[in-house]
Amino acid sequence: MSKLGEVISRNEESIRAEWMKHMTASVLRADLMSKVELEEQSKALLNAIARGVSSGQEDPTGPSWSGARELLQDISASRARQGFTPSETASFVLSLKQPLFSSIRRELPGSQDEMFDALWKCTVLLDKLSLITVETFMATREELISRQQQELLELSTPVVKLWDGILALPIIGTLDSSRTQVVMEELLQTVVATNSKFAIIDITGVPTVDTLVAQHLLKTITAARLMGAECIISGVRPQIAQTIVHLGINLEDVITKAKLADAFALALQKSGRAVVRSSAATNGSAQIIPAGPKEV
Amino acid sequence: MERIPILRMGPFLLITIQVDMHDKLAMQLQDDVAQRISEWGSAGVLIDISSLEIVDSFIGRMLANIAAMSRVLGADTVVVGMQPAVAITLVELGMSLPGVRTALNVESGMELLYGTQGISLGAAHDRSEI
Repeated sequence: MSKLGEVISRNEESIRAEWMKHMTASVLRADLMSKVELEEQSKALLNAIARGVSSGQEDPTGPSWSGARELLQDISASRARQGFTPSETASFVLSLKQPLFSSIRRELPGSQDEMFDALWKCTVLLDKLSLITVETFMATREELISRQQQELLELSTPVVKLWDGILALPIIGTLDSSRTQVVMEELLQTVVATNSKFAIIDITGVPTVDTLVAQHLLKTITAARLMGAECIISGVRPQIAQTIVHLGINLEDVITKAKLADAFALALQKSGRAVVRSSAATNGSAQIIPAGPKEV
Repeated sequence: MERIPILRMGPFLLITIQVDMHDKLAMQLQDDVAQRISEWGSAGVLIDISSLEIVDSFIGRMLANIAAMSRVLGADTVVVGMQPAVAITLVELGMSLPGVRTALNVESGMELLYGTQGISLGAAHDRSEI
């Protein structure tokens, strides 16, 4: 067993007390975490480190450190979710240096070589542990971000039914390939489920339309056409109309309208319905009636 | 030999594809459709592919071919009930089947055929009477 292990196991109590004292000054975020919780975490971590050091294995990525690693990963992941900054999380581990160093200094006063050796090992160990902490912190954040991205993707593509056989798909945000895929699948599935002949794709919320976005739109429209549904693009803003013309995008086979209302009116008309003002009501309420019997 | 049945419904032909298409079957179907149109003087062909879940470029071309052939023989083609996955695949393969008319289900496909054939419907009957 190394000198470091001896030092830690002999002084565990005093190291912990000193660590806590330092931490309350710098690391403790009373708004995010209680002192009791922090004390528990510190005790468990110091225990695990003491166990790891006394196993004789110096590399904290080795198997006898698995307890300490798991504990650190748990602590770090929970802090990432609680809203600690990465440096706050890392300094939780790094703040253990000072109490450890001072106890090494107390325990090994005679030999400079021994003291230096223990200090070096201790530094390397804590640095590695703090790296593990930061890595887990980042991984947790990444996971959070990708989950939110996925949720955003699903949230941002609602297919709504406007009328029997008429769907609307308001697209908000930029259309990229992965989003087009989601939008397309969602739309086609709803077309099948609701047996809709018309789908209005509203691009009012799409900030820019370039050739790529137009290509994605055309793909969606072609796929819908193959299934027997007709697509109408609405919400073409004046600037976007100009861009489309300047880029030379061919939207001639597609029906486009400036407003969603226009597109809806067209879809109603194409499905043999008409909106008329009810003569009985004077407050401007309208009702939709089928425009004459269907020709069969 | 395995064949896809072609049903006659008045002036139209009804083809329901319920098995996985392989190339030989597709070729056979093309031959049969052309044969039947000229034999019965059909005015329209309705192909129901709602049970077709796997499609490749060959099958896509077969559909386009049948449509083109029928047009030459004076009949309209409507493909109905395409699954979303099949539609996406065809688009990704770059096959938008420009000459093919489509509908959501057999019912609306028939409606479409009747609607567009309103005038030639009588002609088709005349033809069959001769």
